[in-house]
Amino acid sequence: MLEPGMDAMIDPANERVATEREALFELLDVEKVYEVTKSEGFLKRSRRKLAALDGVRLRIDQGASMALVGESGSGKSTLLRVLLGLTEPTQGLALYRGRSVNQMRDAGPDFARDVAMVYQDARGSLNPRMTVGQLIAEPLRHFGICPEAEIPQRTNALLARVGLAADVAARYPAAMSGGQIRRVAIARALASNPTVLVADEAVSGLDVSTQAQLLNLLRKLQKDMGLTLIFITHDLGVASYLCEEIAIMYLGRIVETGPTQAVLDNPAHPYSKALRHSAPEFFEPISDPLPGEIPSPLDLPPGCRFSGRCTVAQSDCLANDPALTRQGQDRAVACYHPFAMSNISPEGIKERHVTF
Amino acid sequence: MAINGTTTPIAAARLRRSGMTRKSMFLRRPFFTMALAITFGFALCAIFAPQLAPFDPVAQSIEAMMAPPDSVHLLGTDSYGQDILSRIIHGTRYALLIGLCSVALGAIGGLVLGVAAGLASGKTEWILLRVIDSILALPSLILAVAFIAILGQGVDKVIIAVALSLIGPFARTVRSDVLQVKVQLFVEAAGLMSIPRFTVIRRHILPNVLFPLLVQVTIRISEAILVSSSLSFLGIGVTPPTPDWGLMIAEGRSFVSFAAWMSGMPGLALALLLIALSIVGDAMREEFDPKLRTGR
Repeated sequence: MLEPGMDAMIDPANERVATEREALFELLDVEKVYEVTKSEGFLKRSRRKLAALDGVRLRIDQGASMALVGESGSGKSTLLRVLLGLTEPTQGLALYRGRSVNQMRDAGPDFARDVAMVYQDARGSLNPRMTVGQLIAEPLRHFGICPEAEIPQRTNALLARVGLAADVAARYPAAMSGGQIRRVAIARALASNPTVLVADEAVSGLDVSTQAQLLNLLRKLQKDMGLTLIFITHDLGVASYLCEEIAIMYLGRIVETGPTQAVLDNPAHPYSKALRHSAPEFFEPISDPLPGEIPSPLDLPPGCRFSGRCTVAQSDCLANDPALTRQGQDRAVACYHPFAMSNISPEGIKERHVTF
Repeated sequence: MAINGTTTPIAAARLRRSGMTRKSMFLRRPFFTMALAITFGFALCAIFAPQLAPFDPVAQSIEAMMAPPDSVHLLGTDSYGQDILSRIIHGTRYALLIGLCSVALGAIGGLVLGVAAGLASGKTEWILLRVIDSILALPSLILAVAFIAILGQGVDKVIIAVALSLIGPFARTVRSDVLQVKVQLFVEAAGLMSIPRFTVIRRHILPNVLFPLLVQVTIRISEAILVSSSLSFLGIGVTPPTPDWGLMIAEGRSFVSFAAWMSGMPGLALALLLIALSIVGDAMREEFDPKLRTGR
């Protein structure tokens, strides 16, 4: 399991724990394997293992804002469920403030109070038979945030914080628009005074103008309340606006992490680069779309999981699976032949890519 | 202030619109309106039976035996000389009392059993499902006959027997609703907030199950009345001389060739009430069940 780059990665990381911000979440080689049965003809079934997460290493500091980016099927949602303690990892450890997430969840309501979640399907996450006021009052009452008499006042304050008028408290979710309903979901998440706000695609599927409002709101909330933000998205633009750090996932593994600006300006992993260049830009043709489909996690290619679609794959990429190793100051990449991370402009990279 | 200024006309328009749809429900469904009026008529008969009935429903009279409908006895008399109209009016009380009470009891039983079966897993679920299946395996009339055989006769026994035989269908629909609701995101979200399981059931699952159950209740009332009348007709329901429709039909059966009104009048009343109730129930379901609602 131990690979040469790993010691080099862990030691400086531990130093950082002592010197810098406290690590809130730490994922240590987390694996999550699902067993799937597949029928092969009459009365014949084969059991196979599907690794939704495969050796994920991630560290989220207190007060940080982390974007988890990846295609659908890359394991973002499973990673989220592990972080929230909804599923137990098959292998490895998911730690919250140095303690196992599942233990924390079983120990009492403190973890639930600290870590709040905004679902992608905000409307589905709100009981349609409760008014907005009742929905927001539920966590207030459950966690005993404020005395019973102050609940209406507090609800109005939360609604005002997310930019909704106080009179929506009497409405039912069905009578509200998509943008409003996400604000309600955010208000409910904020009700418990959380330390961490986990948002799963919280702005996808909305009008661009509504998206912008929500992004501004989230950024403001993060700044004002000192929230740690874990934001799951497939939109690099959203990630770069909202989050200081980014983790790019591919087929159940984090292939590159680092400060958002640096990673997006100067991607080291071929997949990050392809993602960066497949985002449409104004009046420009999409430069080099990624060839092929994301392979099935049931039969991963040998060696590096990206090798089949990689434009710069070499013979050792097909033989061994690269682990996430530290590169430079605060970046890490899972690639044997990363692009140089020196300060060259994106154009420079493109030229270099052409000459390959 | 600005927000208030803009929302008030919108809210007013919404109110006006909802008022319009509510009004048009009666206009759009003339049969529903008629059936509702008939049902209310029967309900009034049941409430004001002593005031409305021209005669004592159990007063017998040798002079007016098997009299055909005339100006004194509007719907004729039976073989004991009892006024059929008065007996039908009083019989409404028993029909509605048995129908409503047994459906209410059956719905409560079905709710408990259905919620338990929907939330349980493993062996408990298996046992509960087999219990529901065994109730469903027999038609409700046969089941009610079996329960009457155990419990004995009388209005209260009929109510219990019919309620028990209705638990199966109620439990099945409640369970399927619970299965749908418990996988919804808001249930998971409540679990994520570490809200205790029992509170999640009470606050998030039950309210979403209760409404479809209420629609079911309106549909099942007619079935309950039919089953209770059938029990009386078979002579194992309520005991004579209680003015019960099923009993009256059974009593008139032997004279049906020359005094058809004796069975015909209570039969007509029963058919009218059952048809009216099922139209009301169907309309309620079509109106409030989102799955049946197509783009209007």
